[in-house]
Amino acid sequence: MLTIENLHAQVEGKDILKGIDLDVKAGEVHAIMGPNGSGKSTLSSAIAGNEDYQVTKGKMLLKGTDLAELNAEERAHLGVFISFQYPVEIPGVTVTNFIKTAINAHRKANGLKDMPASELLKKIRDTAKLLEIDSKFLSRSLNEGFSGGEKKRNEIFQMAMLEPSLAILDETDSGLDIDALKIVANGVNKLKSKDNAVVVITHYQRLLEYIVPDFVHVLFDGRIVKSGTKELAHELEAKGYDWIKELA
Amino acid sequence: MEFKEKLLSSYLAFEEGLDLSDSVHKTRAKALKIFEEKGFPTKKDEAWKYTSLASLISQDYSLFPKSEATIELKDVRKYFLYDTDTYKVIFIDGVYSPFLSNTTHDGLDVCLMSAALIKPKYRKLINAYFNKMAPQDDSLTALNTSYAKEGAFIYIPKSTVAEKPIEIIHFSSGNENALWLQPRNLIVVDQNAQVQIIERHQSLKEHPVVTNSVSEIYLHKDSFLDYYKLQNDLPSASLIDSTYIHQEKNSHASVHTFSLGGKLIRNNLNYFHKGEHALSTLKGVTILEGKQHVDHSTLVHHAQPNCESHQDYKSIFSNRSEGVFNGKILVDKIAQKTNAFQQNNNILIDDNATVNTKPQLEIFADDVKCSHGCTIGQLNEEVLFYMRSRGIPEKEAKALMTYAFANNVLDSVQLPSLKKRINQQIANKLGVNLGFEL
Repeated sequence: MLTIENLHAQVEGKDILKGIDLDVKAGEVHAIMGPNGSGKSTLSSAIAGNEDYQVTKGKMLLKGTDLAELNAEERAHLGVFISFQYPVEIPGVTVTNFIKTAINAHRKANGLKDMPASELLKKIRDTAKLLEIDSKFLSRSLNEGFSGGEKKRNEIFQMAMLEPSLAILDETDSGLDIDALKIVANGVNKLKSKDNAVVVITHYQRLLEYIVPDFVHVLFDGRIVKSGTKELAHELEAKGYDWIKELA
Repeated sequence: MEFKEKLLSSYLAFEEGLDLSDSVHKTRAKALKIFEEKGFPTKKDEAWKYTSLASLISQDYSLFPKSEATIELKDVRKYFLYDTDTYKVIFIDGVYSPFLSNTTHDGLDVCLMSAALIKPKYRKLINAYFNKMAPQDDSLTALNTSYAKEGAFIYIPKSTVAEKPIEIIHFSSGNENALWLQPRNLIVVDQNAQVQIIERHQSLKEHPVVTNSVSEIYLHKDSFLDYYKLQNDLPSASLIDSTYIHQEKNSHASVHTFSLGGKLIRNNLNYFHKGEHALSTLKGVTILEGKQHVDHSTLVHHAQPNCESHQDYKSIFSNRSEGVFNGKILVDKIAQKTNAFQQNNNILIDDNATVNTKPQLEIFADDVKCSHGCTIGQLNEEVLFYMRSRGIPEKEAKALMTYAFANNVLDSVQLPSLKKRINQQIANKLGVNLGFEL
């Protein structure tokens, strides 16, 4: 699904990623953990196609397509979805209107006509139900005045609507209380299939109790310094990140 | 012949059939003198620094349409807010259309200025209000006064709520080559009365038309006015609108101005507080393209203590369009505890679009809350990236963001079908497909 080879990236001329290798296959869940400032969010921004992040070396391939050739919307059309750590507020655009615009943009890019309103409404209702989202919430302006938890839930709602091949959840657990965390994880698990993949980026092991990873990678100073299975997450939880620094 | 000369020399023709000894006509004749002395404003006048009338007044216009134009209901129905359930005062080329109108004298007066100016039963109101608030030294208002004969006359008596909104619509048929119109409206809302009014000017064919409109609005104690100006005319039409609002104690006057189309639009919107606890709301959405020009010139004169004013103007400019916002807030020494807020936000889509924005606060009281803010900017890059990362192409994302920026002003529109319609017009203008809402 996603192959990253020797990825180097800069932000404002500063090297942040210093040679990342990652191979995520369809059907897999990967977790990327690491202390603050290790480059976790830079990695997700680079995959998303944020132009503030310059890839200086290396490759990112999604389903064999070089992402460097694609702009942010084209990457989305190919199946990339990033659940942002800090989702933006868009006063004046309702959640419904936003998701409708996004879905139809995806369909158009894939040579399909707009989704019929009735089908779209049903999908919106079903997804809202899955994520225990009140329908009133759907006619509010996107993220405007939403609590941190509501914003995150709204990100997962959009993910569920867009059905990406590769979902990257960037610190989705921050700002969520335990009940909301369970709802979000439950939503992600229901959407998981053998045809898609999930990358969970997190500082803490908490979310991984509910979205169980097949592989865990530890990012430190722009490199993956250790990879393992879900036991590695437990180890990090128990021992903290200090011992990792010695590995680097 | 210069157009100013034509306006002066045509006055004899205008006077034909009028009672020249009447006090109303004396007011008119006096106003003509003021116009004669002052002439049209030029860019040398501070208030007209960024808006030039030169290209408009270098043309010739007919002042009196030669023949009465008829238009079919089916051709203009789309310009009405509702087919039924509104009072309508409708004019075609400046002439009242009884066929399209729906006036009343049942419990309130929604009728013609021409009738109010001559009928004895309105004499008291005319003597009390006609041309009593409009400044005597404004040349365009004086020009309108000198030719004042037709327009809407609205009187809402004490403790009366106008059950239906009132639509005032001026159509220009295009039968005349070029037309100069000067409607004059007088609106009196008595104590504890309420009214909603929608005003629009609409050309039915591309042809030069200039409307120099003046409205005087008097709000008595505890009254409420909810006024909507819809300016979405053809690119050959220009409008100079001077509106004067007199507010007594506890009155609330709200004016929304939607400037979406036209060649040149100048809105002079003036509020005068004459009693305590008056509340004034001024909101505007302006979306321009091509070489259109819109100038919002507002004045809120806080002349009494404990009053409030809120201004919120949002504008979007594409191509070579130009915008002006000149917002003056005047707080007299006696007007303590004034709350006056002003906000003007602009988005320039293209490099060749321009906006001149100038807040002007003159505060002579020491215990007041006044604030103003203006921004001129492009769209927020972070929001744009967020949208693109969800698969919305850049062009569409920008359109949706611009729509959202403007659409926020609609929250305070109190007529649901008007809100829906303007929402749709804004979306169409910006190329946004709205679809449905839950």
